[in-house]
Order: sequence, then C-alpha cells, then structure tokens
Amino acid sequence: MSLAPASASDIAINVEGLSKSFGGREVVHDLSMQVKRGTIYGFLGPNGSGKTTTIRMLCGLLTPDAGEGTCLGYDIRRDADKIKRQVGYMTQRFSLYQDLSVRENLEFVARLYGLRDARAAARDMIQRIGLNGREEQLAGELSGGWKQRLALGACTLPNPQLLLLDEPTAGVDPKARRDFWNEIHALAAEGLTVLVSTHYMDEAERCHEIAYIAYGHLLAHGTVDEVIAKSALSTYTVSGDDLNGLAAELTGKPGIDMVAPFGTSLHVSGREKSALEATIAPYRNTRGWRWEDSEPSLEDVFIDLMNRSKDNFQ
Amino acid sequence: MSATEMTNQDRGVSERPFGFWRRSYAMLVKEFIQLRRDRVSFAMIVMIPVMQLLLFGYAINTTPRHLPTAVLIQEDSDLARSVLKALENTRYFRFTREVHSVAEFDDLLQSGKVLFGVEIPRGFERAVRRGDRPALLVAADATDPVAAGSALGALGAVVQTALAHDLHIGDPPQLPFEIRAHARYNPAAESRLNIVPGLVGTILTMTMLIFTALSVTREIERGTMESLLSMPIKPVEVMFGKIIPYVIVGFIQASLIVSIGVLLFGVPILGSVTLLALLTTLFITTNLSIGYTFSTIVQNQLQAMQMSMMFFLPSILLSGFMFPFAGMPVWAQYLGEVLPLTHYIRIVRAIMLKGAAPSNLQYDTIALIALMLVAMTIAVTRFRRTLD
Repeated sequence: MSLAPASASDIAINVEGLSKSFGGREVVHDLSMQVKRGTIYGFLGPNGSGKTTTIRMLCGLLTPDAGEGTCLGYDIRRDADKIKRQVGYMTQRFSLYQDLSVRENLEFVARLYGLRDARAAARDMIQRIGLNGREEQLAGELSGGWKQRLALGACTLPNPQLLLLDEPTAGVDPKARRDFWNEIHALAAEGLTVLVSTHYMDEAERCHEIAYIAYGHLLAHGTVDEVIAKSALSTYTVSGDDLNGLAAELTGKPGIDMVAPFGTSLHVSGREKSALEATIAPYRNTRGWRWEDSEPSLEDVFIDLMNRSKDNFQ
Repeated sequence: MSATEMTNQDRGVSERPFGFWRRSYAMLVKEFIQLRRDRVSFAMIVMIPVMQLLLFGYAINTTPRHLPTAVLIQEDSDLARSVLKALENTRYFRFTREVHSVAEFDDLLQSGKVLFGVEIPRGFERAVRRGDRPALLVAADATDPVAAGSALGALGAVVQTALAHDLHIGDPPQLPFEIRAHARYNPAAESRLNIVPGLVGTILTMTMLIFTALSVTREIERGTMESLLSMPIKPVEVMFGKIIPYVIVGFIQASLIVSIGVLLFGVPILGSVTLLALLTTLFITTNLSIGYTFSTIVQNQLQAMQMSMMFFLPSILLSGFMFPFAGMPVWAQYLGEVLPLTHYIRIVRAIMLKGAAPSNLQYDTIALIALMLVAMTIAVTRFRRTLD
C-alpha cells in the first residue's frame, strides 16, 4: 500500500482499507477511495451505511481500526491537527452554538482558526451567505435553511482546501437546496474539494463523481454515467394504463429484480437481460402498454446495489 | 374503532383490570433497567448513604482529643515533666512540637500547625515549692470554639486528678499552681467568627464545581462537541477557555460573601486583603479545575451533578468547616488533606481571624497548587480528542 507522494498535489483524499467497528459491529469495511482536488464528490448510501463514520475518519474525529491514507497529503492517523486546519466539516446535526448569535458563532470559529480580523471575517461571511439583518439572531432560532447556510458559512470561514459535508441538505426546502448547490459549485470552481454525503438522487447527479456505500462496503464509484454503465442492469420503461396491476403481476417473477413506479411510467429492471426479456415478452403487446428499452436511472442502480448487498452482507 | 376493540377483546388484550398498576410496573421495570445501565447513578445510591454514615459516625468528633500542642519549656524540672505528662494523660493534648522561644510558639499557633501551646515558665518548680501558686499558661487557638472548648473546659479538673498521684497532694486535692487558659483569636468563642470564613470556602466549592462540571458534558449532549473537535483546538485550550471566565465569576462571588461577612456579621479581616484575594483566586481555580476534571470523566450532566455532590459532601464534613479537623481520626485527616476546602479554610481563617502572613500559609498554598495541577493534568489527559 504505497501512497505515492506525488499524488498529494492533485489528489485531496487518498485512503485504503479503512475499517471501523463499534461494539463488535463493523460499520466501515475495507474502504478505499480517491478524491481528486477541485471536484465535488458525492457520497451516497442508505442510513447507517457508514457514510458519517467514513467522513469522521477522514477529518480525524475517529481513529480507523485498520487502513491508512492521506487527506490533503497529511496522514489521517498522525496529522489530525494539520488536517483540521485545512478541512471544513459540516456535521449532519447542527452543531454550532444554539445560544450564540450568528455573528458570535462565526467570530468564535474565526478566532479559533486564528484569522487575523475575526470581526471582519465574520462580517464578510454574513454578507456572503446572505444572513445580513440576522447577525444578532440566536442560531437556535434560525429556520432549517438558514441554519444550514450558517453551518456552511462557519466551515468555509477559515478558507479550507477540503469541505466535508454530511447530509447538508437534509430537511431543507428545494429553493434553499438549489442555492446551496450553486454555492458548492462556486466553491469548487475556486479550487475547493468537496465531499458531500446525500440521499437525494438529483444531488448525486450534480456531483462530478460519486461513490455508493452500503453496509460499510463501497459498492460503486465513478461518474454518474460510469456507475450506471457498470451496473449491468437492464431497464424497460413502461407507460400506459393500470401500471399498478402490471407491477403487481411482474413483482417476484424470474428475471425481474426491481419494479418501481416513476410518475406515469414504470421501471422494470433485471440483472440478466435475457431472463428479463423472456418474462416480459407476454406483456409486451397487450393492454396498450408501451415498452421502451431504456437506461436505468441512478436510483434504480442504487436500489439494486442495496438489494444485492443486503443478500451479500446481511 | 369498534372493530379494533373487538379484535383486542378477542385476544384478551384490552381493558384488563389493574391497568394502572400494570403500566406503572412496566415503567418501573424500564427505570430499573436504565438505572442498572447508568453505573454512576447506581454507585451513588450505594455510596452516598454509606459515605455519610461512615463520615458522620467515625470521622466527626465534637469533643476532639489528641489535639496537636506545642510546648514552650523554659525550665527542665521533674515537676514540669510531670505536669506535661498529666496534660498528655488527659488525652486532649498531643505534644507535637517543642519550642524554645515565644516567637516560635506564636508562629505555630498562627499558622494553625498546633491548636494549643503550653508554656512552663522559668522557675516554675521553685515557685511551686515556695507555695507561690505560679501560672501555667495554656494558649488555645479558639478560632474554632468547638475544637478548643472541651479541652479548655476539662483542663483544670482533669489535670488536677492526673497530678494528684504524682504530687502526693492530699484530699481534697489542691493544685499548687494555677492553670491560666488563654483563648486566642476568638476570645468570646463566637462561632460565627469561625463559620463565616468557612462559608466563603464552602459556597465557592459548591458553585465552582458545578459551573465547570457541566461544561464538557453540555457540549457533548448538545452535539456541539463534534464541531469543536473538528476544529484545531487543543485540550488545554478548551480547559482554560472554560475555566477562566468562572475565575472572574468566582472572584465576584467571593468578594460578595466576604463583604457580607464583614459588614453584617462583623467578622474582622486582620490580615492582608490582597493576600486573601490572591489565595482565594487560587482556591477558586483549583475547584474549577476539579469540576472540569469531573466533566471529562462523566457521561452526562446528571452524572456530573452527582459527582460534584459526591465531592462536596466530604468537603463539608472533613475539611474542618463543620467539625474540628484536629479531632478527626488520622485516616479522615488524610482524606481531608486531599480536599482543597481543608486548605482554604485554614488559609481564610488564618488571614481573617489571626492576621497570618504568607510565611504562615506556605504549606496550604502549595497543597492548593498541587491539587490544581493534578486535576488539570487528569483533565487534559482524560479529554477525548476524538469521538471514538
């Protein structure tokens, strides 16, 4: 497991074989990943899949049981202090001080990182995140969307090179989510590397690269197109009437691994194309259903990965 | 709704009698399970009564004996030795120091190293033989009237009886010398003079402990610890950041208590106010460090409170605040030496009531500094830098 020192320049995160157990239960298993500098890297997976644990190991909040690697060129085991100076970590749960005002929270962070003029830095950040007028409001009294902006502001305040965002948009309305992602893209354009965990497929599609993790195992990674291509899943999109009836009939039949309604259409997917086609053949020209050989959606791929991993690891 | 009721009745689930008791029982079982899992609370249930009983039962003694006493012998004679022997036989006095000058004698009393001083004057034996009834001086540190009171009260009669045999004096016994007891520092034996300075320390112990005992657990419980740990801050920095604000709070509190003591209760400050302020600040910081140490050990705020109580209780009982320190058995005195309040009570009484100088207070000052450093070291090593 040699980590080439040259990689430090264009690779922000480079870890191999990370494992972590809590109370005998392995939460992260032999996880390896590489994140290039300046990219937005999406981290996907169901609840309890080990995303938060992985992020915490990357920023030195947890010590891996096994594995090694670097974050911004620093060893994740030995150089936690140096990593902390260059990494902004936005926790899943709002973890700034609820009983401090917006300004006080930002000034606290600025002082902690030793910024020269904490007041000015806080003032600029309030402008940037659009919280002007709310400077003196207590953080605990802000709505979810504003809290999230404040948290993002706090972790970008010390000008980090890497942002670790743990489900930053959970419970935030669509407009705020879009603004948030625009901000993330703007930051990435400035050269910042962003690792963001999420449940939302549309957010995954906004990432340069994604990784899918379930039950502590990294199951797929690459660009969205690569992940879909590698899935080997065949999907037919069906439109027409009584799709519920069709779904009920198809579910559980050989060759059919997944049936999922998408608005006015139905996605029917299988891992073996021949078996899938054999099963759907009798339905193809009946009751006015229109069948279309299509690409699986990212969601289809992930649900399939999750179902498969359930068989393998549980 | 009726359908559900029917099925429930069929299964025999709904509205059986004694619903209240069954639900209470369910709750009770749950509480027991939680209590069993919460080891600290469980320990407290056992420890607090056991500790109280042991401390009240064994350590506290309102008629203390074997009190440390200095002797100033101006004359080495058989009679002098007999008198000293008799005093020691009363079991109230234990001769720990033998001094040869009045200055040394006074210094020992002022610094609190001894509670009594016995002076045998020059020419004592000859004066007795001549029938002059010379005075045997017994000086007592009466800042704590309880400690000194019973010993002084018993002095005359007990010594008389003890000496009766040695001196072959007749019946009814008549002492050939006079015992002159002199209660120093608090001659009127007013207990409030003793209690008010002690209260300064007791109140500060309670409030300071709780301020910091909650500090780290509060961060953990509110989830802010995760953010804090992800930022480049070191355990020592967290500690100082959490202790220093309360040093100021504690100082204000102390000034308030002392002012009330002086203005309302007429307690004097015979010594230097600056020295008092300085050593009080040290005491405040020591308590804050100990509270902070607790908060790095416990799991939640409730445990932090319990642990503070666990520390507070012996502080009150074993520090000499409530009961005379010198009267406690040796093991309890050793325990007391580990409590900052013990040292501070000596300091505050010495400065306020005896006008003690820094040189009298060296030992207790060093003890406070040592306790503070030990607490801080434990806190810094115990502070979890990760969420592991």
